[in-house]
Amino acid sequence: MAGEKMVSLTIEGRPVSVAEGTTILEAAKTAGILIPHYCYHPGLPIAGVCRMCLVEVEKAPKLAPSCATTVAEGQVVHVYSEKSLDARKGVLEMLLINHPLDCPICDQSGECELQDYTYQEGREDSRYREPKRFNPAEDFGGDVIYVPNRCILCTRCVRFMEDVAHEPTLNVSERGDRALIGKFEGKDLTHPWAANVVDLCPVGALLSKDFLNKARAWELDRTPSICPNCTQGCNVIMETRENQIVRMRPRANENVNAFFMCDWGRLNYRWMNEKNRIEHPMVRRDGTLSTTTWEAAISGAASVLNGKKVFVVASPMLSNESLFLLSELMQGGSGVFRVAEGEEAPLAGVEDLALRRERAANVYGAEKLGFQRTTDLLSGLGRDDVLLIAGEDLVGVDASAVSRASDVIVISSVLADAANRASVVLPIANFSEEEGTVTNLRGRVQRFTQARQAPGDTRPSWLVLGDLLGAMGKQTSFFLPSEVFARLASVNKSFAGLNYDTLGFKGLPLVDAPPTSPKSQIAVGAA
Amino acid sequence: MGFPHQSHSRETTVLSKYFGDADARTLAGWKKRGGYKALEKALDMQPADIVNVVKESGLRGRGGAGFPTGLKWSFMKPGDGKPHYLCCNADESEPGTFKDRELMRWTPHALVEGCAIAAYAIGAETAYIYIRGEFTEPLYWMEKAVKEAYDARIIGKNAMGSGKRIDVYVHKGAGAYICGEETALMESLEGRRGNPRIKPPFPAVSGVFGMPTTINNVETLIAAAPILLNGADWYKKMSLSNPKSTGTKLYSVCGNIQRPGTYEVVMGFPFKEFLYDLCGGPLHGRKFKAVIPGGASVPIQNMEEAEATLMDYEGFVAQGSMLGSGGVIVIDDAQPMVTVIARIARFFAHESCAQCTQCREGTAWTTKILERIRDGEGTMEDLDTLLDIAEQMTGKTICVLSDSCAVPVVSGIKKFRGEFEALIQGRRFHPVTAAVA
Repeated sequence: MAGEKMVSLTIEGRPVSVAEGTTILEAAKTAGILIPHYCYHPGLPIAGVCRMCLVEVEKAPKLAPSCATTVAEGQVVHVYSEKSLDARKGVLEMLLINHPLDCPICDQSGECELQDYTYQEGREDSRYREPKRFNPAEDFGGDVIYVPNRCILCTRCVRFMEDVAHEPTLNVSERGDRALIGKFEGKDLTHPWAANVVDLCPVGALLSKDFLNKARAWELDRTPSICPNCTQGCNVIMETRENQIVRMRPRANENVNAFFMCDWGRLNYRWMNEKNRIEHPMVRRDGTLSTTTWEAAISGAASVLNGKKVFVVASPMLSNESLFLLSELMQGGSGVFRVAEGEEAPLAGVEDLALRRERAANVYGAEKLGFQRTTDLLSGLGRDDVLLIAGEDLVGVDASAVSRASDVIVISSVLADAANRASVVLPIANFSEEEGTVTNLRGRVQRFTQARQAPGDTRPSWLVLGDLLGAMGKQTSFFLPSEVFARLASVNKSFAGLNYDTLGFKGLPLVDAPPTSPKSQIAVGAA
Repeated sequence: MGFPHQSHSRETTVLSKYFGDADARTLAGWKKRGGYKALEKALDMQPADIVNVVKESGLRGRGGAGFPTGLKWSFMKPGDGKPHYLCCNADESEPGTFKDRELMRWTPHALVEGCAIAAYAIGAETAYIYIRGEFTEPLYWMEKAVKEAYDARIIGKNAMGSGKRIDVYVHKGAGAYICGEETALMESLEGRRGNPRIKPPFPAVSGVFGMPTTINNVETLIAAAPILLNGADWYKKMSLSNPKSTGTKLYSVCGNIQRPGTYEVVMGFPFKEFLYDLCGGPLHGRKFKAVIPGGASVPIQNMEEAEATLMDYEGFVAQGSMLGSGGVIVIDDAQPMVTVIARIARFFAHESCAQCTQCREGTAWTTKILERIRDGEGTMEDLDTLLDIAEQMTGKTICVLSDSCAVPVVSGIKKFRGEFEALIQGRRFHPVTAAVA
């Protein structure tokens, strides 16, 4: 950053220049070198206890823990010297002497840092001949199970609960090799962000009950996405196995969620796997809905919409792209949406990060694109308007109001009872099955990508809406969601200048979004 | 003095003069013996001048590391706008060491005075005496002395009418060896689990409550008073060998020896004469086999080394060990070395705070191997493994507890390898005759 004093040093023969106060471990990352480590995590205070990140610094009397040693001008650091390798080999051997070596039945296997570094730098055998220590597994409450035999006492979980969640729940109990992670009397991991300890655990000691024995890490396909479950817009990785989402995990973004995501968002993925889907386009013939081709359905819908005022009931789960195309369809009509609400649950140690009250991905995008937020969805429906239901399930809505509409068109993944008057039904992909962008509560536009195959003839919402606009004689030819976004950016000045390339996978704020600062780094060191 | 025995004529009793003298424990008795004169003098001096006198005297830390005390005090920058703290490390838990216990039992006011002098010298208004949890009797006397001193307005918001505030608190530990490590002591003092902190920052920059702190051993602080009264030159002259080691040192002697006790001799005193003359030599019919001269965490000396040692910081190092805390553990030829070393290792394994991998796992692993060898189940490869683990445990952790566990193992195998091999090869240990080293 500007004005910061820079320090130059050499790491593994590569010249590095970093801001004063940077640790050797972080400096090495800039040179493309990942120094093996366990207790260090950029989102947590430094503990310096695992001693895995020891490196040789020329002229220093002892090996330095690179996570806790700041860079100095002219330093020469050797990560792979004989001395450093030997020290790390020693640490690995010690970490494994009481470890059960039960990788074949361990959920962490395949994404375990103990496995990885042992393959990378460890001994091929152990010299340990004594009986191993044994402690039974323990339910830590919430979504977390603790398997002490696999624990390496890195204390990441302890520090997360204490210094990030600000709710001390875990501790190191006992001393010496009897030590294990314990819970404070009467406490459980029920904090709304507690399941992050499972991600933070570098080994298989803290496991998710939800994911327990569900899949092997190497069977998973991983897709960068956004958590659709509230307006915070935490960056996530959706992990799928055989086209089913089996886990969501946070993806680091210093402007949104740091390294974390809440338990509610994390565990609320099953709706995206649900099987009660509309799989084929349908039109009403002789009073009943029957399956048809996309061409017939689109042209049917276009003829219903043509020349009519359209009242759009949209879901705030839809992407900016789809909401934009919906707004183009209104023809003098209007659009509304409603938001499911829940209790706000902040993560105390990270600025402006919370499970938000509004439990949908794109509330702010919908507002930006001209949709009115309401609690009474159909009150604005005019007599003889066409009612266009987009992604909204209409649960709890009085269906009798629907009769005011001259016609009903459904563009959705599931068919709501209240919409059974529909003359055309266009099945669309759900959040996990298409690509697009959403806008979070601070006006940050973020991309999500397709994690699953959509069922049947289902198409992405932006494609369906683009085709519909085309069939209505509007000039559109969208082959990619990025093209829809480009059109949006060219007509809506809030989105001006943004495109998929510059958004990348960390997003950018809207032109008129209030300025926000990156999530402040957790205070470094205990004192 | 060789408490509980009669003082030996070759001792130089500066700090231990009143051991066994119950009257010295009271404020009146202590004043009668010249107590608090040094504090009175100190409060008339500039703090910087006190630091200079202590620097000049050559006084070095008596807790084990031997860091020059005056230099340590000079790290505390006056006028930095932060509260300064003094900590007295009275968590004397090094196995074999009990000199501070005797100091606090018999001369509690000396420590109050020493704390007050040091606090004034480093610009601190608060001194904490962190006392070992098991020290119930010294705790009683210390609390009594502090109360007496407060009542007599020797300490408090206007210490001895000087206008200076000096508060002294006695804080009882909960029984962890590691809380004698200075930063773990501070964590414990602040109310947390006693885990050593990463250094830097050092206590002089960020100590108790994140503020500049000086931490000294009981004996060090008590030595400050006679230095101020008698001058730096007087203290400096008490040195029989290396001029870098000055003054007197208390040794607590235990183990297989005629007269175990607490002795005070001038730096550089010959260790051989100390063991055979002052302490009375070996028990009847036995011979000395080894000495651990500075508490369980210093290298074991064989008798050849011990008998050639001049007792000061440099003298012990020259003969393969360290002065450490002055806890002399004498081992005679009736003791199997492997058992002794295994017991020491077990102590460290029990007391490891469990932060650093090498210490948590290494101390326990070392203990298991040693106990297996002791029980006749060892192999020759075990010795190489032990030495290799010891190497991994040395110089790689936050504090030196793991180094301390490795030290007796390495020095033991090096100097008494025959005993290890004999056990491994199935030869039983025969007391007295088995001195194979």
